Amino acid sequence: MKIVIDPAKCQGHARCYALSPELFDVDDYGQASVRIEGEVPEALVEVARLAIANCPEFAIAEVD
Amino acid sequence: MAERGPVASWATDFDVMDPAYIEDPFSIWDDLRETCPIAHTERRRGAWLLTTYDDVTAVAHDTTTFSSTQIMVIRPDEAPQGAGPGFLPYGIPPISADPPLHTWTRRLLLPWFSHRRVASLEPMTRALCNRLIDGFIDQGRVDAAEGYAQQIPVRVIATTLGVPDSLADTFTGWVRDVLEFADDQLKRIEGRRGILGYLTEEIARRRQDPKDDLISSLLAEEHDGAPLDDRLILGICALVLVAGIDTTWSAIGSTLWHLATHPDDTARLVAEPTLLPSAIEEFLRAYSPVTMARVVTTDTTYAGCPMAAGDKVLMNFPAANRDPKVFDRANEVVLDRAHNRHVAFGSGIHRCAGSNLARMELTVAVEAWLARIPQFRLEHGADVTWAGGQVRGPRSLPVVF
Repeated sequence: MKIVIDPAKCQGHARCYALSPELFDVDDYGQASVRIEGEVPEALVEVARLAIANCPEFAIAEVD
Repeated sequence: MAERGPVASWATDFDVMDPAYIEDPFSIWDDLRETCPIAHTERRRGAWLLTTYDDVTAVAHDTTTFSSTQIMVIRPDEAPQGAGPGFLPYGIPPISADPPLHTWTRRLLLPWFSHRRVASLEPMTRALCNRLIDGFIDQGRVDAAEGYAQQIPVRVIATTLGVPDSLADTFTGWVRDVLEFADDQLKRIEGRRGILGYLTEEIARRRQDPKDDLISSLLAEEHDGAPLDDRLILGICALVLVAGIDTTWSAIGSTLWHLATHPDDTARLVAEPTLLPSAIEEFLRAYSPVTMARVVTTDTTYAGCPMAAGDKVLMNFPAANRDPKVFDRANEVVLDRAHNRHVAFGSGIHRCAGSNLARMELTVAVEAWLARIPQFRLEHGADVTWAGGQVRGPRSLPVVF
């Protein structure tokens, strides 16, 4: 599983960061980013799916 | 002034300051979503009320048609800026601005509410909560709204602004006058005069003697190579004070009301503290305090509704968060709700700039309370009162433990 954040959609709700600070970072202006490039480690796959399902801006997506 | 008189129909004559709406808006939203999801009123110079998740988020994202220059529906007779007694001139803060003004003014504010800075405020927030609890725990009862919830955000915001928290009650009074009693023109003007007058003096003091606080940092900022206009600094500081107090206090109060009236949820949260993060999001969803208005910029038809330039549109985030098309068991509090795409902090470019701070304060307030008061309930015969309009939360919440 790989995930991306659309920076144009992200508005800094920081729900992803609250769910997994290991997987996501948020800068001082609220812009979220994925810390881990490439495959999401197995241990974080579930929380990655939760982040996708909880983002109020639909900014996180799974990519092939 | 106030537009009283009974509401004839919630679909065609709604009034968010009506006592029935303040007492129980939930059933009104449920009925409207079924029968007339976009309600209208001629009151307050004409306004629309959105009750579904899709409509609320769509309007929030269309900042061209729906402008932020008027965000309150309950101030229909607002004097123009700088006009009349009690109206000191102030610059437009980002909450009331559209791009491009919104874009750069918001960036002045965001770092002050980043999760890193908010984390640095957590220890003082926890100490504050425990100090408040120390003050009443031996009495076995407290008004959890006035004696606890109301006392927390104002002091954290005072720290951010760099103003003394000994003035907490004064700040709270001014903010209530501006938001909660906004239908009373005299109170509204008094509250506003108090806030703007006080902050004007603080800004002058900070110019002489800068400190590590938001006011000083704004004085040091530049835009397009020039220092910020004093009026803009005043507008931003007033925004932080007004928006940072009433809203979070309402969320803390509503959460404590829920726990006082749902002992099973309280017991579960005490037994399973790892549920706290999802529970906090669920309380934010189910008891979202804030409804924001937009003003229509040009005659338009939205979802079949003929909206005229100048009409207000109320984005009812609390109602959106109870939309059964988006949330299963929407009217129930489900502490471990896994999928919770709530919009308690808004949607789109105006996402609450203080959301990290509010989330931290709510979390710490609940955590500190439950650690020391794991069982509590409403006092027998308790007279719980609510504030409503565009910020909903309990103002009197007597509990015993």
